[in-house]
Amino acid sequence: MSEAMYEVSLVVNGVPRSATVPARRLLSDFLRHDLELTGTHVGCEHGVCGACTVLVDGRPIRSCLQFAVTVDGAEVTTVEGCTRADGELGHVQQAFRDCHGLQCGFCTPGFVTTITAYLEENPAPTEDEAREAIVGNLCRCTGYQNIVASVLRAAELRAEEVNR
Amino acid sequence: MKPAGFTYHRPATVDDAVAVLAEVSPAGKVLAGGQSLVPLLNMRLAEPEHVVDINRLSELAYVRADGDAVRVGALARHADVERDAAAYAVLPLLRETLGYVAHPTIRNRGTTVGSIAHADPAGELTAVLALLGGTVTLRRAGGERTVAAADFFTGPMSTCADAGELVTSATFPVPEGRTGAVWTEVARRHGDYAVCGTGVVVTLDDDLRVAGARAAYVSMGPEPVLLDLTDAVAGAPFDDADWPAAGRLAAGRLEPDDDIHATAAYRTRLAEVLTARALRAAAGRPSVVA
Amino acid sequence: MTTRSFGEPIARLEDPRLLKGEGRFLDDIGHRALAAAFVRSPHAHARIVDIDVTDAVGVDGLVAVYTHDDLDGRAGEALPVLIPHETLTHGRTGFALAKDEVNHVGEPIVMVVATDRYLAEDACARIRVEYDFLPPVVGIEAARDAGLLVHDDVPGNVSAHMVQSRGDVEAALAAAPNVLDLDLDIERSASTPLEGKGVHARWDADDASLRVYTSTQASTSVRAALAARLELPLDRVEVIAPDVGGGFGVKIVHPWPEEVLVPWAAIRLGREVKWTEDRREHFVGAAHERGQLQHVRVGFDDEGRLLGLDVTVWHDNGAYTPYGIIVPIITTTQLLGPYKPDAYRAEFFSLYTNTVPVTPYRGAGRPQGCFAMERTMDAIAAHLGLDRTVVRERNFIRPDEMPYDQGLIFQDGRPLVYDSGDYPATLEKLKKLVGWEEFAAFRDEARAAGRRVGIGIACYVEGTGVGPYEGGWVKVETDGSVVAATGLTTQGQGHKTAFAQVVASELGVPVDRVAVTTGDTRRFGYAVGTFASRAAVMSGNALAAAARKVRDKALRIAGEALEADPRDLEIVDGVVRVIGSPGGAPGASIPLATVAVLANPLRYAFDREAERATQFGGPVDFSKPPVAEGESPGLEDTGFYSPPRSTFANGMHAAIVETDPETAEITILRYCVVHDCGTLINPRIVEGQIHGGVAQGVGGALYERMVYDGAGQLLNASFMDFLMPYSTEVPVIETDHLETPSPLNPLGIKGAGEAGVIPGSAVLASAISDAEGFAITRMPISPSDLFSLRLARESR
Repeated sequence: MSEAMYEVSLVVNGVPRSATVPARRLLSDFLRHDLELTGTHVGCEHGVCGACTVLVDGRPIRSCLQFAVTVDGAEVTTVEGCTRADGELGHVQQAFRDCHGLQCGFCTPGFVTTITAYLEENPAPTEDEAREAIVGNLCRCTGYQNIVASVLRAAELRAEEVNR
Repeated sequence: MKPAGFTYHRPATVDDAVAVLAEVSPAGKVLAGGQSLVPLLNMRLAEPEHVVDINRLSELAYVRADGDAVRVGALARHADVERDAAAYAVLPLLRETLGYVAHPTIRNRGTTVGSIAHADPAGELTAVLALLGGTVTLRRAGGERTVAAADFFTGPMSTCADAGELVTSATFPVPEGRTGAVWTEVARRHGDYAVCGTGVVVTLDDDLRVAGARAAYVSMGPEPVLLDLTDAVAGAPFDDADWPAAGRLAAGRLEPDDDIHATAAYRTRLAEVLTARALRAAAGRPSVVA
Repeated sequence: MTTRSFGEPIARLEDPRLLKGEGRFLDDIGHRALAAAFVRSPHAHARIVDIDVTDAVGVDGLVAVYTHDDLDGRAGEALPVLIPHETLTHGRTGFALAKDEVNHVGEPIVMVVATDRYLAEDACARIRVEYDFLPPVVGIEAARDAGLLVHDDVPGNVSAHMVQSRGDVEAALAAAPNVLDLDLDIERSASTPLEGKGVHARWDADDASLRVYTSTQASTSVRAALAARLELPLDRVEVIAPDVGGGFGVKIVHPWPEEVLVPWAAIRLGREVKWTEDRREHFVGAAHERGQLQHVRVGFDDEGRLLGLDVTVWHDNGAYTPYGIIVPIITTTQLLGPYKPDAYRAEFFSLYTNTVPVTPYRGAGRPQGCFAMERTMDAIAAHLGLDRTVVRERNFIRPDEMPYDQGLIFQDGRPLVYDSGDYPATLEKLKKLVGWEEFAAFRDEARAAGRRVGIGIACYVEGTGVGPYEGGWVKVETDGSVVAATGLTTQGQGHKTAFAQVVASELGVPVDRVAVTTGDTRRFGYAVGTFASRAAVMSGNALAAAARKVRDKALRIAGEALEADPRDLEIVDGVVRVIGSPGGAPGASIPLATVAVLANPLRYAFDREAERATQFGGPVDFSKPPVAEGESPGLEDTGFYSPPRSTFANGMHAAIVETDPETAEITILRYCVVHDCGTLINPRIVEGQIHGGVAQGVGGALYERMVYDGAGQLLNASFMDFLMPYSTEVPVIETDHLETPSPLNPLGIKGAGEAGVIPGSAVLASAISDAEGFAITRMPISPSDLFSLRLARESR
């Protein structure tokens, strides 16, 4: 008995993409294996670690807790879409590099997407707010010290960009 | 950790949804935000034959606040409720409590009504609904009913909803009179399920003396526990009531269990302390004593 | 002068691709590979009676189902005991797929291969395994009591019993004016990298060769193990560690069952096969660490000086001993820290339980040893009414006593001799950083406000950079860029940057011109692996040696071209020039790129650079062969570093905590670190390593535990209930450094990977004890635990 298949169409990082998948295909797997956008990582598949965080219609969500078919038609931003138009590091990515905010880099995409959305709402966080901004994401390497610094640095870089 | 296969339904209207639910009952499961359901599916702890995805029911994506109540539709995300200015104006407890529910990313997708329909004994909104004496509205093919929270929750992870029914909204009444409400909890980590959590409502009379004190608890029993603690503090001035006595009263009436994170004795102590702290804070809210 | 990047906190070279989502972790490879999934034992101890796969046969996309019976040749043999030891008299390992018996929940029994992971799991769900239940042994006490056995042929559940001693402890204890006994307990935790294990294998039937990607800390050894198990010539097997999402020890073990099975199936099926470990599998199918019971008997004089120290450790090694008994050996040798008791005796029993096997997790036995020693130091201070730092100071090995022989045999089988370190200076720095002397005033102030605060301290010495060796290869390309490789692997330590800094500085080229490859057996075949804070020491020095050889060769060739004495030449920013001629007088300099061209005489002019190197490319000295005697073509060379013994880093942590008098919640107000890991290659990377280690130490002290029930079920096999800290649980970490270069290696490096985690439980137990006024002897500690301890004391 074969499973029913659904065509799922998304606008991913500004580009229309589609693939035909079963209803149970998780958005994380859809992005990674059907669209081969492997920047989004899967660390727990039960919604706790945050590595799979992507933006759906601008809001960060756990892609491991959504079926691709549910978000059919949505606009999705992954870490690949957090770069600048010229392919250079975006402000959050650059901040991570400046502050040594990553080590193994596995959890990093989830932080980058989360922080990107966060700064849209709160462009000038305090240090405490920066710590709160990343509280839904697990990192086993950095002890978060430099990720908190990266949030603050990203806010600076973003402000420079916006003011330019 | 990949979910088992299921037959997928994506109704476009509430009528279609309840029709599908009736048709597949009792083998169907409603999927809204998925923040509780999908982990269970991924771990194959739940393997429903049918999944009815209500994410297309935009008619249920509402938060409506008036002077009497905040009514939340089944597709309103926690974040929508949390950010709703009108809801905050009449019932700040909702936003304040939602701040304790997991993390913002989960709240962006998880629905308030979904967590209530899930009836998790550790779910904060479940307890708040019980605390405020709220109601739940259920639709089935050809009918609708509204059930008081006290009747809705029938046990851990179980409610009075029939398999063919869809919970379409939850209504959080604004407490009447001179009242203050507070949520507080202790969790192991930020955003974790509470080891003990309590929401309280304190009512003062016009002399600013305590006329009522109620508390609801999460993680303190198989379902949200509601206690009336008025006896311990009735008639006391709002700023000089024996709140610890109310805490002791609560502690004496709660029967939590041990689990891997805490002993029952510790939970009981937390309930005692948090109850007193929350009641004191609720009674002292500027809006109450103004 | 050349921009000397060595020692500078430069930004990491590996970051841009990781940040843009261009990393290639295991599951990012092989989108069209078949997917493997496993039926794992749901029982802690059972005999397998029957495996019925009938119901799985009809599942969509099913390709193959394998049980132990299918494993032919050496693939079906028991997995190796990687590190044998004479005291490991009863080492036991499982099979790639369980044979007859399972000994822990999670042990793989059936392998399913299907067209995707969803379908593979569908098939797994339909396979029925019939078991004959055996009573499980869970917990160290049960293992020690030996009322039940894990393995029928292992009496007392003891895999290893080892005693090491120096001096006459019994006499020392008998003569000591003060003697204390401590019973201590540390629970299980685990490495828990954000990326689990994973294996991808591709068999090329035409080439009769196997390429395996695996998320490992030891690709060269995986390669050798696979060649042996799969009975292939070594040169037909290549193993690559792609980007690895954290290791912290768990990925040093090999070959994991899946590392054997995935390539085995790929060969058998002639198809690419991939397995990506999911989170639930990682909790029950990988490894844990830390669990120990300890008894300490210590004798000391009235000044607090250690006269005799007698320690017994009961170590939970889980169901199997694939990595030998490294962990308890390290605990009992590194326990001594910076101290020098007159006499020392350490005994351990390594015990089987029906739980996930125990192999090193960052710190590898040191956190437990540090806990035992530092709890003892605090107990002595409390007994004598002395300041805790004073007791420690009095027992320090002094700088002028270095090198200091502890009189024991270390984990590498070599004498435990500390190479260097200035412990009194480290302590002074720490006291200043945390404000040790000012704390009493803060405590009084807090007390007056109804708050409870405490300060703690813990010291450690960490044997790092263990042998036997590592190698490095460095080559200057004809465009002047430099490629380098070392065989050990990378899991986030920034090796590509740190090693590039080493090579660039030795060679005299800009650091961004150096591209380093790690963990790829195609590029470098000789290596040991990444563990024990050894990568910087070992591969750093090996690459430095290789780079120096390349530099010498470059100077020789350039000397001929410039008609200059190589001793008069230097390399600056990728240009060989006569020393002190920065402007570059004509004929006084030659780009390294050109030297690389000259280093490889060619016949064929396949490009413009090549044209200059052909036999007709320029003036030729016909008296000499194109490649000089003893030389080899190309501007490249290989170097190795093999140390006589380990280096020893050290550090000290202090923490200030607050405990809520009502709720027993524990808050870390300050966390201070002073550490000395010798010469720093990149201070920013070292700092990051410290941060990460401290976070794991805090996790291990206050949040993380593996909770087994009596049936051997792991009750918290998820991130919901295994409480890895979020950003809000890790305090701000304040650090200060000392640099005491190691005399054992040319770069003076000691290694820093594990340091941060070691004193976590010790320092927080110290601080909580101080706040509460009674000794904490069991870690981790939750608010509920602290509440129970308070209740027990009140009712006493």
